[in-house]
Amino acid sequence: MDTTLLTSPAALEGLFAEARAQAAVIAATHDADNTSDDPRVRMPLVVGGKDFTSLTETIASVAEHPVPLGWYIGMAISLSLLGVLGLCVNYLILTGVGVWGNNQPVGWGFGIVNFVFWVGIGHAGTLISAILFLFRQNWRTGINRFAEAMTIFAVVCAGMFPGIHVGRAWMAYYMFPIPNQMQMWPNFRSPLIWDVFAVGTYATVSLLFWYVGMVPDLATFRDRSKGKIRQFIYGIFALGWNGSSRHWHRYERAYLLLAALATPLVLSVHSVVSFDFATAQLPGWHATIFPPYFVAGAIFGGFAMVLCLAIPAREFFGLKDIITKRHLDNMGKILLATGMMVGYSYLTEAFIAWYGGNPTEQFTFRNRAFGPYAWAYWTMMWCNVIAPQFLWSSKLRKNLAVLFIVAMFANIGMWFERFVIIVTTLTRDFLPSSWHSFTPTWVDLGTLAGSFGLFFTLFLLFCRFLPMVAMAEVKSVMPQAHAHGSHGLADAHRSDYRPDEHTNPDYDAPRGGGTLTSP
Amino acid sequence: MSTELEEYPAADLAPTEPVDPVALVGFVAEFADVDSVLTAATKVRAAGYKVWDVHSPFPIHGIDEVIGIRPTILPWLVLCGGLTGTSCAVLMEWWMNAYDYPFLISGKPIFSFPANIPIVFELTVLFSALTAVFGMLGLNRLPLHYNPLFKSRRFRRVTSDRFFVVIDASDRLFDETKTPNFLESLGAISVERVED
Repeated sequence: MDTTLLTSPAALEGLFAEARAQAAVIAATHDADNTSDDPRVRMPLVVGGKDFTSLTETIASVAEHPVPLGWYIGMAISLSLLGVLGLCVNYLILTGVGVWGNNQPVGWGFGIVNFVFWVGIGHAGTLISAILFLFRQNWRTGINRFAEAMTIFAVVCAGMFPGIHVGRAWMAYYMFPIPNQMQMWPNFRSPLIWDVFAVGTYATVSLLFWYVGMVPDLATFRDRSKGKIRQFIYGIFALGWNGSSRHWHRYERAYLLLAALATPLVLSVHSVVSFDFATAQLPGWHATIFPPYFVAGAIFGGFAMVLCLAIPAREFFGLKDIITKRHLDNMGKILLATGMMVGYSYLTEAFIAWYGGNPTEQFTFRNRAFGPYAWAYWTMMWCNVIAPQFLWSSKLRKNLAVLFIVAMFANIGMWFERFVIIVTTLTRDFLPSSWHSFTPTWVDLGTLAGSFGLFFTLFLLFCRFLPMVAMAEVKSVMPQAHAHGSHGLADAHRSDYRPDEHTNPDYDAPRGGGTLTSP
Repeated sequence: MSTELEEYPAADLAPTEPVDPVALVGFVAEFADVDSVLTAATKVRAAGYKVWDVHSPFPIHGIDEVIGIRPTILPWLVLCGGLTGTSCAVLMEWWMNAYDYPFLISGKPIFSFPANIPIVFELTVLFSALTAVFGMLGLNRLPLHYNPLFKSRRFRRVTSDRFFVVIDASDRLFDETKTPNFLESLGAISVERVED
C-alpha cells in the first residue's frame, strides 16, 4: 500500500469513498456476495436494491401467492411421516413401552435420546433471538423469525417424548404440582421435576417471544389482506397494532426485557437437562462439565438445523436478498466455534476420566471408543469434531453445498452424541452381570422419523401462513431507517437498534426505488 | 397514486354505516421517509401540540426524544412480576415438600435452597416474561380491534413503508382548517381527515 495514503487526508478519504462505492454496488445487486470484512465500510445486510416497499412485498408474497409445487411435495412427505408418528405413538400407548427397545438396564433408550436432541435443536433459535440481540448483532434480524419458529416446533417434538416415555401417558399429570388422588406432591429435589419446569418455562417464554416479535408483521399482513376472512384472522392476531411511536417505545422495552430473560433461561434449560445425567452416579454421566458441554452442543446442533432450513428456504421462497450470503457465512462461523467447544468438551471429559483414576469411569470411555457401540462414537466424532473443521476455509464456508453438508453432519452427529451418552453408559455400568445390549425396534425408528414429520409439518405451515422474516426488524437495520439530516438526536445512550452503520455516519447506500421518494 | 387505490377492494373503501353525528378523530399526514417525518415531528412538537403521535412501520431511532416520550414503567412491573415468581416458587416448594407432606429422600434435608433453586429460577423467569408481555400490551391498551385511523386507506401503509403524523381532534390547539394546512406545510405527501 502507498504510504502517502496515511498522511494525506484527501487520499485517505478517497480510500474510504472507494469502499463505500463498492458497498453501494453490493447493496444494489441481487444475491450479492456481502461477506467482505473490509474494515472501511459496513456491508449491507439487505441486498438486491430493496427498499421498504419491495422488502414487504418480497416477504408478504410468500404467504399471499400460491406456494410452489415443492411445498406440496414437502408437505406430503411430512404428513406421511406425521402419520407414522401417530401410528407409533398410539401403538405405544395402547400396548406399553415394551414395544420400544428399552430393557433392563437400558431404561431410557430412544425416548430420552430424542427428547434431548429436540430440546437442543431449539436452543439456536433463542440464541439468535435473545443473545445475539443483546450483543447487537444486527444480522440476526434476517433469520430470527424462522429460527424462533424452529425453537417452538422443536420444543413441541421434545415435549412429546417424556410424556409418552412414562408408559402410562394418562398419568403424566403426576409431574405437575396439582392435587392428585394420592394426596402427594412432586419431589422438587428431583432433576426430572426441574426439567418439567425448565422445559415448560422455555416453551412458554419462546412462544411469547416469537408471538410478540410477530405482532407488527401480522399487522402488515392484515393491512395487505384482499379478502375479509384473511383480514379478520390476521386482524385478530395483530391485536390492532398501528405502529404508534408510544407503542413501539414500550414494545422495544418489552422485547429487550424478554431477551434479557431468555438469555439465562436458554442456558438454564440444557443445564437442567444435563442434570438429569450429571446427578446420577453412573460412569460417563456423573461429571461437572455436563451443563456447559450440553449447552454448547445444543447451540451447535441448533445452528446446524437453522442452516439446514435456511439454505433451502431462501432458495424456494426467493429470500436471497434478505437471508444473504453474509448471514450464512456468520452462521458457518458460529457452527465452527460451537463445534470446537463440543470437541473440547469431549477431550476434557476423556482426560478427566483418565486423570480421575476411577477404573469404572476409565472403562466407560474405553468402551465408548472401542466397545460394541464404537461405530456410534466415531460417527459422532466425525460429524461433530472433524466435519466442522472444513469451515475454517472461507472458500468452503461460502460454498452453500459444503455448508449444507457440514450442517447435516452436525445434525446427525448431535443425535449420535445423545445416543452415545445414554446407551454406552446404561448398557455397561458397574456390574458385568447386569450388562445388556440395546437394539431399537421398528417403533423406536418410526417414532424418531415421525418426530421429523411433526417438525416439518409445523414448519411448512409456518412458511405458508406466517411472516417468515421479521419485516419490521429488518427494516430497522436498513440504511433508509436512519435519519441522515441533522436532527440533533442524542442517540449515543440508546440501547436498542443501534444503526448498523453507526461507526460511519457518512455511509450512504442508495435510497431504494422511486416508490419511496416520489409523492 | 391510482394504482395504489386499486390495491384495496371497493368494499373496504366505503364507510360501513352512516353514523350520526360524525365525530372528527383528527388529521393524518403521510410522509415518505424517516428524515421528513422526523423534521415534521420536531415542528409539530415546537408548535405546541400535545395529543399527537407518529406512526411508523418500525421503531424510528431517536423518535422518543423528538416526540418527548417518557420512559415506560414496564421494567418496574417486570421486577415486581419476577419477585412474585420467586416468592411463589419458594412458598410452593416449601409448603408442598416440607410442610403439607414432608418426605425424606436419601437423608437429604426436608427443605434446603440448593435443591430448590432451579425451580425458583424458572418461575422467576416465567412470571417476569408473562409480566413483560401482558404489561406491554396493557400499557399500550392493546388489543384494540377497532381503530378509526384505519378508515384511511393510505394509513394502512403504516405497517409497510409509510410514516404518519396524526394530530388528534382533542388537542387544545386543534383547528379544523389551520391544523391540516400546518401539516401540509411540513411537506406531507397527503393530509387526510379521519372521522369516526
